Amino acid sequence: MKRAIHTLFLLAGVFVLYVAATGPETYVIGDKIDDFSLRNVDGRMVSLADYPDAKGYIIVFTCNHCPYAQLYEQRIINLHRRFSPMGVPVIAINPNDPDIVPEDSFEEMVARATEKRYPFAYLFDSTQTVYPRFGANRTPHVFVVSQDRILRYIGAIDDNPENPTAVRHRYVEDAVQAILRGERPHPDYTRAIGCTIKRKRK
Amino acid sequence: MRNLYLVSILFLLTPCAIRAQAFTVFDSFSDLEKRIQKADANTTLVLNFWATWCSPCVEELPCFEELNRNFTGPGFEVILVSLDFKSQLDKRFLPFLEKQQLKSEVVLLADQDADSWIPKVHPKWEGALPATVVIRGGQRAFYPDQFENYQELETFVFDFVKKTRKAMCLDSKGTR
Repeated sequence: MKRAIHTLFLLAGVFVLYVAATGPETYVIGDKIDDFSLRNVDGRMVSLADYPDAKGYIIVFTCNHCPYAQLYEQRIINLHRRFSPMGVPVIAINPNDPDIVPEDSFEEMVARATEKRYPFAYLFDSTQTVYPRFGANRTPHVFVVSQDRILRYIGAIDDNPENPTAVRHRYVEDAVQAILRGERPHPDYTRAIGCTIKRKRK
Repeated sequence: MRNLYLVSILFLLTPCAIRAQAFTVFDSFSDLEKRIQKADANTTLVLNFWATWCSPCVEELPCFEELNRNFTGPGFEVILVSLDFKSQLDKRFLPFLEKQQLKSEVVLLADQDADSWIPKVHPKWEGALPATVVIRGGQRAFYPDQFENYQELETFVFDFVKKTRKAMCLDSKGTR
């Protein structure tokens, strides 16, 4: 009996160490996501709770410097213009370390958002703690979340980065329409080429 | 559809360097698959997915060039698979190739429907650049990041080669 308790304590210890070493789990489809609070280009802190009437969220990890993010910039603006009146706003988050890419500094984000008149929040994950929770690994990388904050879609905006007129599948549009109908998006996971997220060097 | 581009501007500009950089454009991923299948089971194929606009990719290119210089021959091939945009071929890709004078085989993969082909490269790849895949005897090893230095790349490639050699050896014993 004593031995069993010992083993139990040992296992619990190993588990605690494991969680401490790996950090909180990365979300998968169907997970409820935690709220976050990040600085917007207008200087204010923004969280999901700031959108009390939202029927969902299009969370886009994107940045200034990446050519793929630039190719999708207008399409991200269009997504917000189309779906925010229906209660599903775009929330853009720059996850990159500006020490590695100076073009992705907060000041440059403000400049870009002003120049391109971003109609959506453009937040800075300055401590790089939000993007790992989502498992974002590139820009742009999109996460569609339903009203009850359940993660419903992970992946690409559509299937043709270079030529918007040749797009055949509008993954994010389809996913948002699905969650607005109360359905599960299909597909709920797509891959895409993108720039790696620039993690702070230790 | 395969187009062979020959860049001979350097040839015209510098009389001493009589070299032309050739590369192939693959409009469909199936063209790249055919290229991969051209290598036999004993050949080690190192595929680096990169782009001129991807700074970590450009940083690690010299490592792949060194690998190519040290090992390319019968049984060892390095292919640099660029994901540059076809629309920027003249403006960006060709000038980069002219400047770098890469000696490894270069292909430009222009298949836009990435979700359809990324998992065929490796099931663990989600699409971030750079990425490297080593193929030998039907097996694949995947590296989802930039190599810090040449030694790291060489170790990654040859640890995998050793592993596949062992596996192939056991396999042939088993069938006997």
